Amino acid sequence: MPGAVVPTVRIQAEDFDVAAEIAKMTQGRADIGAVVTFSGLCRDEAGRLAALELEHYPGMAEVEIGRIAAEAVHRWPLQGITAIHRHGRIAPGENIVLVVAASTHRQAAFEAANFLMDYLKSRAPFWKKEHHTDGSEGGWVDAKEADDEAASRWKQAN
Amino acid sequence: MSTRLIYFAWVRERIGKPQEDVELPDGIETVADLLRWLKSRGEEYEHALQYPDVIRVAINQEHVEHREKISGAREIALFPPMTGG
Repeated sequence: MPGAVVPTVRIQAEDFDVAAEIAKMTQGRADIGAVVTFSGLCRDEAGRLAALELEHYPGMAEVEIGRIAAEAVHRWPLQGITAIHRHGRIAPGENIVLVVAASTHRQAAFEAANFLMDYLKSRAPFWKKEHHTDGSEGGWVDAKEADDEAASRWKQAN
Repeated sequence: MSTRLIYFAWVRERIGKPQEDVELPDGIETVADLLRWLKSRGEEYEHALQYPDVIRVAINQEHVEHREKISGAREIALFPPMTGG
């Protein structure tokens, strides 16, 4: 019986290496049959966006994503789960967020990664502000109702 | 006992400071009471908390509803709906 899966959660300004994060999760073991990764990138919004500025709540950001990851471990038979979220100024084309989920079979890995992203979007304390290419400040990005709905579909009747 | 209030994103910008320590007056029992009291503290608070229903709140770094009691809170954060990911 393997030990309990401890989620890896990092909040950082610097970029991450997707392949390196997969390798860290899988190296030295032969029981993992599926690794699903999701990367969220900064779009340029058809040339309008110069950068996103990501503000976060230090301390709570780690704790809250850790809580969501722990819930994923509880709900799916995972062998590893990693969530990395960047903060600070991020230019179009750059990475913002990474989720890696590993399991024996693909279904659990897909679902856990999807769950983690849905919850992260509506519960992790991050806020995006747009900076436009014309030099103007674009203001704070509005939360989308669709993101709340996406998270609510994972609610379990207890 | 003073309570640390922390603000993020446009709540921070509108109030004009990232955090402050306040002495809560008697009778402030819930998050909703706190929002009502803060809103009465001046124009900038009125502007930030104009629509209290949209304000999200965390006590000691954990999400709470507006009906939650705030007794014993060391740190209360007020912020807009989150837009990470």
